[in-house]
Amino acid sequence: MDDPQTMLVVLRHAPHDSSWLREGLDVALVAAALGQDVTLLFLGDGVEALRSGQQAGPLGQKGSHTTLDMLAMYDIEDIRVDAASLAARGLTVAELDWPVTPVTSDVLPGLFATSASVFNF
Amino acid sequence: MRYGLVVMGGPYSHQASHSALRFAHALVDRGHRLETVFFYHDGVYNASRLAAPPQDEPHLGDAWLRLAESQGTALLVCVAAALRRGMTDEREARRHGKPAYNVEPPFELTGLGQLVEASLTHDRLVTFSP
Repeated sequence: MDDPQTMLVVLRHAPHDSSWLREGLDVALVAAALGQDVTLLFLGDGVEALRSGQQAGPLGQKGSHTTLDMLAMYDIEDIRVDAASLAARGLTVAELDWPVTPVTSDVLPGLFATSASVFNF
Repeated sequence: MRYGLVVMGGPYSHQASHSALRFAHALVDRGHRLETVFFYHDGVYNASRLAAPPQDEPHLGDAWLRLAESQGTALLVCVAAALRRGMTDEREARRHGKPAYNVEPPFELTGLGQLVEASLTHDRLVTFSP
């Protein structure tokens, strides 16, 4: 595998409704396991994934919290959350179960531009 | 340049496959190389050999095959995303005790590591999502 590059994985869907979140996290974990520097960005409805108490869905959908718990083990520590998306959903960073860095929308273009690759889920 | 495409939209459900194929032909016409197409999320349905669209619609599955034949493009399908959606090749079908299979070469079931590898080794990786 080549030298590590920064890979940005953008998560924009809430858990349960679709497999976007889970399949996006899978890409992040595999990339990290292969030695890449992965940054996660929770944007829009994606911030719902970080809400405390999210469980497996009542319809048998696998929850995403167990996957999020594995991030540290895979050395994925750069977890950013769009502050406006949080605020719009009545959430604060203090309520989230994971150590995240809130970012304002003006820094997002730079984040996308400086990442070697971007995956949108 | 060396290009890779990521297709995440299902055929005939969304525009993603049509757009990806148009882009594929355009970049080949411009003299670039399309080395890899990676099918993920609902994009894995593009790999079904059993699709039988009406004759007055483009046959997306055949279009991917022609691309592989003419350009030597690797058609990679995420095995985890495929299996949970009922997409399987002969080997996986046997392994899981299934009575049939719908994925054949040049489509190839593979892991997400191949997608990460493509992002590192290709000059451009362009995603087509629904």
